[in-house]
Amino acid sequence: MEHHAEVLTGGVWRQRIPGWRDVAATLLVLGVMVLIGVGAHQMVAPFVAAQQPAISLSPAALPLYTLRTMMRMLAALVASLIFTFTYATLAAKSRRAETVLIPVLDVLQSVPILGYLSFTVVFFVSLFPGNELGPELAAIFAVFTSQAWNMAFSFYQSLRTIPSDLDEASRSFRASAWQRFWRLEVPFAMPGLIWNMMMSMSGGWFFVVASEAISVGDVQITLPGVGSYVARAIQERDLGAVGWAILAMTIAIILYDQLLFRPMVTWAEKFRYEQTAAGIVPRSWVLELFRRSRLMTRFNERIGMGLHRAVRTPLVLPRTIREATPWSLPPRIVDVVWYSLIVAAIAYVVWALLRYAGSVLSLADLRIAASNGALTLLRVAVLIVIASMIWVPIGVFVGLRPNLTAIVQPIAQFLAAFPANLLFPVVVFLIVRFDLAPKIWLSPLMILGTQWYILFNVIAGASAFPSDLREAAATFRVRPWRWWREVMLPGIFPYYVTGAITASGGAWNASIVSEVVSWGPTKLNGSGLGAYIAQMTEAGDYPRIALGVATMSALVIVANRLLWRPLYRFGERRTRLD
Amino acid sequence: MATQNATVIIELHKVCKAFAKPSAEPLPVLKDIDISVTKGEILGLLGRSGSGKSTLLRIAGGLIKPTSGEVLYRGAPLAGPAEGIAMVFQTFALYPWLTVLDNVELGLDALGLSLDEARRRAMASIDLIGLDGFQSAYPRELSGGMRQRVGFARAIVSEPTLLLMDEPFSALDVLTAETLRTDFLDLWTEQKLPTKAVLMVTHNIEEAVLMCDRILVLSSNPARIAAEIPVPLRQPRDRLDAEFHGIVDEIYSTLTARSLESIGVHGQVHGGLAQPLPRASVNQISGLIEKLSAAPYAGNAELAQIAGALALEVDDLFPTAEALHILEFAVLKDGALKLSAAGRVFAQGNTDERKRLFREHLLRFVPLAAHIHRILEEREAHRAPRMRFEAELEDHLTRREAERTLRVVTGWGRYAELFGYDDKSRRFTVVEAAE
Repeated sequence: MEHHAEVLTGGVWRQRIPGWRDVAATLLVLGVMVLIGVGAHQMVAPFVAAQQPAISLSPAALPLYTLRTMMRMLAALVASLIFTFTYATLAAKSRRAETVLIPVLDVLQSVPILGYLSFTVVFFVSLFPGNELGPELAAIFAVFTSQAWNMAFSFYQSLRTIPSDLDEASRSFRASAWQRFWRLEVPFAMPGLIWNMMMSMSGGWFFVVASEAISVGDVQITLPGVGSYVARAIQERDLGAVGWAILAMTIAIILYDQLLFRPMVTWAEKFRYEQTAAGIVPRSWVLELFRRSRLMTRFNERIGMGLHRAVRTPLVLPRTIREATPWSLPPRIVDVVWYSLIVAAIAYVVWALLRYAGSVLSLADLRIAASNGALTLLRVAVLIVIASMIWVPIGVFVGLRPNLTAIVQPIAQFLAAFPANLLFPVVVFLIVRFDLAPKIWLSPLMILGTQWYILFNVIAGASAFPSDLREAAATFRVRPWRWWREVMLPGIFPYYVTGAITASGGAWNASIVSEVVSWGPTKLNGSGLGAYIAQMTEAGDYPRIALGVATMSALVIVANRLLWRPLYRFGERRTRLD
Repeated sequence: MATQNATVIIELHKVCKAFAKPSAEPLPVLKDIDISVTKGEILGLLGRSGSGKSTLLRIAGGLIKPTSGEVLYRGAPLAGPAEGIAMVFQTFALYPWLTVLDNVELGLDALGLSLDEARRRAMASIDLIGLDGFQSAYPRELSGGMRQRVGFARAIVSEPTLLLMDEPFSALDVLTAETLRTDFLDLWTEQKLPTKAVLMVTHNIEEAVLMCDRILVLSSNPARIAAEIPVPLRQPRDRLDAEFHGIVDEIYSTLTARSLESIGVHGQVHGGLAQPLPRASVNQISGLIEKLSAAPYAGNAELAQIAGALALEVDDLFPTAEALHILEFAVLKDGALKLSAAGRVFAQGNTDERKRLFREHLLRFVPLAAHIHRILEEREAHRAPRMRFEAELEDHLTRREAERTLRVVTGWGRYAELFGYDDKSRRFTVVEAAE
């Protein structure tokens, strides 16, 4: 659901006009989702819930819970990486696969992850009845879906933009597909991929927290973790426990950043394609420690040598991966067969959808979903405007001062990563306490966690603003109003749009957990599409969950296509000199 | 060359290459190219940028398949990159994430050597090319010259029979390029390289005469072999040598003849509308006119002379010279450029006079400019979308040429105040009076 800078800036990313492929992909994804939901619904019957461990509110139990949450994140990251390497490679290498895979990926990015959580939970639980592995996998899957699409997109973009000279060099030295993958493709994609991993991870915390404690119909899931700890604290109305959870999560995020991502980003610097030395080289004490420790160096050399050998092996992949068919039919016929299959699949999905939806859903349902959607859309729009008015000036102020940027930027990134759902109880407590109108005061929760994307993208834009242009504006004593309108805002525009897209995508997602909240026995309902999906999830009403998710996805896709991407292209075209 | 077939390393037979266009006939880039490279020679392919010479080199390397014709490497048809052919790239094409040593070893990956053997050969090659001490450096730490040395080491490490070089020195500064050229020629003449023959692409005439034993001059659109010029000079060659000069002049004359021919040919198609315009800005045009009219040339100069005096590459000088010729501010003939009467007036004029004269010549001698002007006058709104002209041009030119031609004519038209162009709406407009 988050569109990151890499996706948008990846050179050749020329946005097509929404064409048949997008429509087809949308139908395919949403249709399959509904069908899985239906299937899952039928699977609920023989479902036997696992023995659920009770969650202790003692702070002493928290470190172990935090660790389990962190492990889930790691597992999801590994799964996303494997998905990225296969899916994106296939899409980049095979023209036929590309026509299906890329539009599907594009739609998947816009589907609210928390919306289909109910389906996946039921699905995984029924895969492993009576076993904790089911809910565990469902939680991991939720995080996986928040990361995999972005990472795959980033990798695909990199594969498509490999500089032609490097490509020719690797071909002229007759590298095999295996050698080429590890020597050229993966290294070239590395900086973008790691950046995307880091960004996706910050979204992932939100989902792991949300997916640890969830109830779908009469299926109650509680996985030991920070999320379920907070859920319990909400039930018990224990604000102190919420505070402990916030602390634990803060430490977890800092640990991940320091131990995993910072070393990776620093290490990935060497894969930057630009052959000029980078201005600021990120530093990481962990990486430095590893590089300096003699024992570690020896250990690394061993592994390095092994990997080196593995990479050098001229392993030849089966032809099928390189290009479509093992039998030699004329490509035109294969094309025809391939496209007929796609059309047939879409036709089937549409037919099944109509038949199924027609029997369960009525026009009134559509109307309810649409009006709820309009309410949430209004909220997202207003919140983005308000957040922009606050964070753009602050971001510019900070970004133009390198010293301040060095302090604020990591904080903004941390805040973006921090799962805002842990903060919800605090806000909800205040709303209950002061008896505020939930329809209005629940709204800010949606953007609580994602507004930071606007801030740190604007900071990045302002600090990348060419100093000669700033100096020119200063020597000509450009007046403040003009300076904002004609100097600064156009300069940071593409960055701002990137941030705003992420923020609004995140806000849609958050609406599912923020439009209906509870504090002990008190339940606040802000209504809206998120509340609709949440209520249907609780009731286990699959057709209406699907309807809600489909409506939300459609709204997000339309907003991206009609507003954000044109804005992005406009900004990019205007800020180019050549 | 074809006398002893045994010594022919690579042979191209009637090679054609056309790039497919979405809505029109495929556009030919190479037409009926016959080349054979024999043992012991450096063969140069010389042409202007965009003449298809790099495509030709890649066909010889098996990186691009020709549309028709055949490529024989040591007598057998070439199907893709082959063992024994290695390439040096204009942009070095080094992997920034690999050290110098790893980059060089990359040239051996496909051979499946043992790790120790690969390392030994890589070190030997690094040694030979003068890179010792740099093996653990990353490309970004190296200067351009050192980077290209890595490119050479990587190419020769697999002991190729045929070395392909794609403008290997053109991304380097003049001094560095000279050093690398000399070092390479030393290794070559002392037969320290395992390589049997070299095919190199260049757009630098002096470089071609310095290095090659034979030079094939390519014409553009589509590329044909326009002339074959043998260079029977001994290495090391001397730029001040009279014979050297003679060959350089001969190449300049050949190139001017080709360029006049192409102007002439296109002038006849489609009422001259589809004439591709050379990439020359108004500043370059007036700069060259001023230079020509001043001492010591007094309106008449050899291209080789001007290129030397202004330190211009062929790719900078020829387009401007052609622009002068097209606009009839000068006449291009036999490798020399002679100012016309109008050119002299232009050189003397002030800004307004120059603009008026330029406008007059633009209308008379550039049919495309006149065409745009006429359409704008005819239309009631005095506006015309760029797309329309793009489409007209693309019937006869490649997309890139059409794009360039429109950019050039827009620049010229704006200077002459013949028409304006609004990039937002992508439309040509009539220039409004400045008052």
